[in-house]
Amino acid sequence: MKHETFLKDVAIGIGVVLLLALLFQVITDPGIHDLIIKTCIFGLFALSLNLLVGYLGLVAFGHATGFATGAYVFGLLMQTGTWTIPAAMGVAVVAAAALAAVIGAFCIRAREIYFAFLTLAFQMILYSAIISFVSLTGGDQGLMGGYPKPPFLGIDLSRPFDYYLFVCGVTVICVILLRQVIQSPFGYALRMIRDNHERSYFLGIQVKLYQWIAFVIASALAAVSGVMMSLFVTGAFPNFAYWSMSAEPLFMILLGGMQTFLGPLLGAFILQLLNDLVTEHTRYYGLVLGLVILFFILGLRRGLLDVVWDKVSDRRRKAGTVRPASPVTGDAEARERS
Amino acid sequence: MLKLENVHKAFGGVIAVDHVTLDFAPGSLSAIIGPNGAGKTTLFNLISGRIKPDGGRVVLDGEDIAGVHATEIVRRGIGRAFQVASIFPTLTVSEALTGAVLSHRRRTLTLAGRFHRSGLDERVSEIMTLTGLEAQADTLSANLSHGDQKLLDIALAIALEPKLLLLDEPTAGMGPDERWLMIERVQALWRTGGMTLIFIEHDMDIVFKIAQTIRVLKYGAVLAEGPPAAIRENPEVIEAYLGAPAEETAS
Ligand SMILES: Nc1ncnc2c1ncn2[C@@H]1O[C@H](COP(=O)(O)OP(=O)(O)OP(=O)(O)O)[C@@H](O)[C@H]1O
Ligand SMILES: [Mg+2]
Repeated sequence: MKHETFLKDVAIGIGVVLLLALLFQVITDPGIHDLIIKTCIFGLFALSLNLLVGYLGLVAFGHATGFATGAYVFGLLMQTGTWTIPAAMGVAVVAAAALAAVIGAFCIRAREIYFAFLTLAFQMILYSAIISFVSLTGGDQGLMGGYPKPPFLGIDLSRPFDYYLFVCGVTVICVILLRQVIQSPFGYALRMIRDNHERSYFLGIQVKLYQWIAFVIASALAAVSGVMMSLFVTGAFPNFAYWSMSAEPLFMILLGGMQTFLGPLLGAFILQLLNDLVTEHTRYYGLVLGLVILFFILGLRRGLLDVVWDKVSDRRRKAGTVRPASPVTGDAEARERS
Repeated sequence: MLKLENVHKAFGGVIAVDHVTLDFAPGSLSAIIGPNGAGKTTLFNLISGRIKPDGGRVVLDGEDIAGVHATEIVRRGIGRAFQVASIFPTLTVSEALTGAVLSHRRRTLTLAGRFHRSGLDERVSEIMTLTGLEAQADTLSANLSHGDQKLLDIALAIALEPKLLLLDEPTAGMGPDERWLMIERVQALWRTGGMTLIFIEHDMDIVFKIAQTIRVLKYGAVLAEGPPAAIRENPEVIEAYLGAPAEETAS
């Protein structure tokens, strides 16, 4: 059963990538290409954070640690000129996961708001390290001067189309992996912990261990988005590790919805679109963004995709489908089956 | 099967459990009674590892489990349900039970999407049948009636196939009819499951009807223990607890 949903996800994923490839050919406006690229990068970033926020009930303010670590490690390796892109990417992700393993071991001890701020504290340490180690990181200038992008497997990331397709493909692969995690028995345990961690202990679930593993997974996926961002700017910049970089995925989750699997991805799209449209016409981007967030929180009281999902399942229920929707799984198959 | 030896617990100045020594025979069904604040729930918390005793030993099948972490105690075969039903609001009944069974089978660290579903759904429906929750399989736990939430709490514990099951006031907050239905279910579970069962209960009719042995707690100490007939006659118990009609002492 689960195997079938995996194959279905893969089929949909391939379809999406092909569609996006076609879109690139049909719409030649580079602005649109960049919009899609950034939606992928930040969408993955926000989705990875939502593993903690939506599925585990654990809000982290320092999620950009993984993002920045991925970008900097990747950028530094590429600047040596001796690394291939896949190898550097692998090392960057592993490095971010290892760092998250250490940071997570500390942060998980703390509860709720303290956890959130502890993750932020570690991020600020990383930020100061990046600013201070000028000889290595270029300090507040960032990793300047670019790096070579040696082709691999016939993919040349210095070509816009190749890079575009690479970002779409990697994002889709990560999204499918994340969905697997969420639908796995481990994902079940995460939702139990979110709902009632006390009861989870008395069902034999080692709550802290699960939180730690989820933290490492989320950080590793954030590192993947960091790597793609580094490739986008051919470098890395200290603002990747600044606190506002962790606020962005939180906004995306708020806008898109945390209860529906792809909500954060939609949130990333909305935020990027807003960014593009608003900055074109006014300097008051912050003001507009603030108003939009107010509207979502006070008006809709949840993310956009959550609203849509609730409407759809309402209709389905009226149409006689027995089961009341529990959108948390993001797993329509499992719902229909059970 | 379970022995408490001189178990002691104080919260600040309040002595919640006062040097309690008790012995629970394997396969027995016993009740713990006592006025509000007598330390009944605290005793369960000490046995199940929710809190650590200040002193004394909690011996399960010859091993001291005092101070062992709650998750480890679960693995050693102690399951519990709570005075206030402790459930997973956004999960349906079958989802919650699936999670519990997966945990019992030690499969919850499996990250790859493929479930080992062999016998999983069967086991889940078996538990729902045992506890009478079949009709609610697809209901969100938060939307269950109070009684069904208590049942689900117990069902979650049953999913662990415990050797020892601790039920903290399974009938709390229920009307008289619902109470007896619940207690019949509990009794049936005990009969079919071959487990040792300890339950806390305020309703004296229920206690005297189904318990093999009764322990009376007062101010954290054991006031009396014995079979129902003996407890009913015990002057200390009558004075401390049964003086008023059962209805009035029930909370
Ligand atoms: N975590 C705690 N911190 C402080 N005091 C506590 C704690 N748990 C219990 N107590 C105190 O210990 C005493 C025993 O409480 P306990 O909950 O065990 O009583 P009980 O017999 O279960 O009562 P009830 O019938 O009302 O459920 C009470 O005085 C209570 O206030
Ligand atoms: Mg109690």
